[in-house]
Amino acid sequence: MSQTNLEPVKISEKIGAVDIEQKPTRDGYGEALVELGEKNPNVVVLTGDLSESTRAQAFQKKFPERFFEIGVAEQNMMGIAAGLALAGKIPFVSSYATFSPGRNWDQLRVSVAYSQANVKIAGAHTGVSVGPDGATHQALEDIAITRVLPGLVVLVPCDYLQTKQATLAAAAFKGPVYFRFTREKTPMMTTPETGFEIGKAQVFREGSDVVVIGSGPVLYNALLAATELEKQGISVMVLNNHTIKPIDSESIVAAAKKCGAVVTLEEHQINAGAGSAVCEVLSKNFPVPVEMVGMPDSFGESGEPTQLLQKFGMDQAAIKAAILKVIQRKGKNG
Amino acid sequence: MQKLTAQELQLKANDIRQDIIEMLLEAKSGHSAGPLGMADVFATLYFNILKHDPQNPTWVDRDKLVLSCGHICPVLYATMAEAGYFPKEELKTLRKLGTRLHGHPHNLALPGLENSSGPLGQGLSQAVGMALASRLDRTTGRIYAICSDGEQDEGQIWEALMFAGKNKLHNLTVILDRNNIQIDGYTEDIMPLEPLKDKYEAFNFHVIEVDGHNYQQIIDACNEALAIYEKPTMIIAHTIPGKGVGFMEYDYKWHGTPPNKEQANQALNDLRTLRGRIQGEHQ
Repeated sequence: MSQTNLEPVKISEKIGAVDIEQKPTRDGYGEALVELGEKNPNVVVLTGDLSESTRAQAFQKKFPERFFEIGVAEQNMMGIAAGLALAGKIPFVSSYATFSPGRNWDQLRVSVAYSQANVKIAGAHTGVSVGPDGATHQALEDIAITRVLPGLVVLVPCDYLQTKQATLAAAAFKGPVYFRFTREKTPMMTTPETGFEIGKAQVFREGSDVVVIGSGPVLYNALLAATELEKQGISVMVLNNHTIKPIDSESIVAAAKKCGAVVTLEEHQINAGAGSAVCEVLSKNFPVPVEMVGMPDSFGESGEPTQLLQKFGMDQAAIKAAILKVIQRKGKNG
Repeated sequence: MQKLTAQELQLKANDIRQDIIEMLLEAKSGHSAGPLGMADVFATLYFNILKHDPQNPTWVDRDKLVLSCGHICPVLYATMAEAGYFPKEELKTLRKLGTRLHGHPHNLALPGLENSSGPLGQGLSQAVGMALASRLDRTTGRIYAICSDGEQDEGQIWEALMFAGKNKLHNLTVILDRNNIQIDGYTEDIMPLEPLKDKYEAFNFHVIEVDGHNYQQIIDACNEALAIYEKPTMIIAHTIPGKGVGFMEYDYKWHGTPPNKEQANQALNDLRTLRGRIQGEHQ
């Protein structure tokens, strides 16, 4: 494992600043769709009665003949997308992740993944930060049910810009891709120089005592925790592992070797999620103590995003506690 | 491909039925009744209706046959082999390790297979997607989706029908294998489907009912669909499950069971006798 894997990327200079710009990740999706529509006549967009809140609406206005309103029928939507893809189109399936891939997982499995149909599935409204809508609409299982499918790429972009880049990258990639985003405005951690490449984790912050390997907007809380811990002399690396599959084993192992302790972070069930994917890599290649931050085998509930992240332990304080705990475990046989 | 006449189709369907029995005997598992019941429809499609080229299976303007009820794939494989997509000898590899003829069809395994199916209800949506793509690209190929009647229990079927009706997908013909059986028994006992014709009409389909063993009726219905521009077409093909093999006909117990050696011999005997009779009639 070469150290070059752990070269830091450039991110926003306003991390932790009160005036850091915030935008919803789904806006990045909507903007990318319009860009793609202009560039590629094969790009088509489908939605199941959720064109506004998935931000597919702008594409609909601009390219009505390439936009398909399927109605509240997610199984049919995934199947139609597969048929379009098998005929050479690049369909983007836009819905909430609880419904797609939640409700139409069998169609995703057979019509899309098994068939290697070039379908892109955008799962909106993931995580407890969906907030007041409550548990039914807070997707916390989508990473688990997608990463288990052979031949399906799984992406979790961390902010507005990265979602836009991930959408463009998904379109350029030949094969099925699932990617998720969140509802609320979230801090813009990345800049145009940050870049994005499927399968390549990004060092958002250098460090040597512990590495936080996570993805999605919740990663901002890790950056805040790292800044705080630096004052106590603890050096925290933050690795943006935006591609859950195919996972960047090389960077994960290199980071674990450098730091000797890992905290995984995701706004998703801890069981079978992105952190579990990291643990699969580590246990096979370089086992180190791991603490896992995420949804603790529980359904969400209604509330404000910040309240929920606090209650279920995915806020800055919870990440900080996990970091301190895993550092204590270092060198004590886990 | 040269179109076969109704009389020639009778012989072709008989060949396909014999292939099916031989494949299932060799595979020792698989579905008997559905494939035998649909042999006449498949022979008619591949040897009279479909615009296709076994030497060029990705031809852009081809008609596409999308099998939604994947479990009847022995009839699809046998028909494709008869049409020249692959050597007939390969039919004996059905369901065996390394085969291109999986227990349920896989689009990536074999050129000429348009889709993967098995879990019921999925193929119709795929066909709808292909019909939409064809409309966008202004290709001239037509989409033919084959569904089973038991498959109509699936909610996804009705989602797809609703969408096809809404979008007036006139380049889509759905053929329903109405054989009245499914694994656990007769369709009307498991989950009553009737009045099917009324239901499809209410979902904005042009509906034609045919005897699924009458070649001329199948040909006429497929051609009638070409003239309907305001709606997709549903052809309800009334078939006899196990058709051509006396002891399998009408019996739902043959839905998911293959014949053993003795039964296969009996079945082939039935079919060869039938073939002799067909040839006699033609002479």
